[in-house]
Amino acid sequence: MKPDDSRITTVEVLYFARLREAFGCDSEQVAVPESVKDVAGLTAWLRQRGAAWAHELAPGKPVLIAVNQDMAGADTPIKSGDTVALMPPVTGG
Amino acid sequence: MPVRVQTADFDIGAEIAAMRRGNPKVGAVASFIGVVRDLNEGDRVAEMTLEHYPGMTEKALEKMVAEARSRWDIYDALVIHRVGTLKPGDQIVLVVVTGAHRSEAFDACEFLMDYLKTRAPFWKKERTPAGARWVEARESDDAAADRWS
Repeated sequence: MKPDDSRITTVEVLYFARLREAFGCDSEQVAVPESVKDVAGLTAWLRQRGAAWAHELAPGKPVLIAVNQDMAGADTPIKSGDTVALMPPVTGG
Repeated sequence: MPVRVQTADFDIGAEIAAMRRGNPKVGAVASFIGVVRDLNEGDRVAEMTLEHYPGMTEKALEKMVAEARSRWDIYDALVIHRVGTLKPGDQIVLVVVTGAHRSEAFDACEFLMDYLKTRAPFWKKERTPAGARWVEARESDDAAADRWS
């Protein structure tokens, strides 16, 4: 079945540390086409904004992603209402 | 609570005393304290600010403590990590593990620090004469954590 792009998925996206500064915001509600079904789809969609988004989320750049506070992978599914965090590699301790 | 994220300093003596109180079976206490250094990548560090992900950071630390408890025969584990602005010489992180014998306590303590360095959402930004900068993750920390997998 052909994906229906008139329907949308709304997620809350959080940015931490260097990414927060690069994007100039710490959180936003993002509405993406329903065809965006996983973490890789969301980062690809954000990358299309260009500028800092294209640079910071370029393929190969190390970015950690959590979905609802659990570490996620590229194929982790996302759905409306989820909280997705984009984070640089951690440097605590 | 075996996990605390706080701006306040901590007192290792008081924490260990609290963990030992009423537990005469404890035969070993292993601990680690991380301290802010005044030099990083060749530059003087005037101060650093630690940021975290409230909620997820605590969950990630609790998961690590649960894993340490399942992998080693230990009695208790405590992790305290400070956030906010810290100066050289300030304590950043405390890990304490109690057990019957030293070997398990040492290993669990080292495991907790290695995992914390690579998996707990904390980020350091340091202020140097050259300006403020985010500290980069180290490959050697990944290698240290990989030892346990």
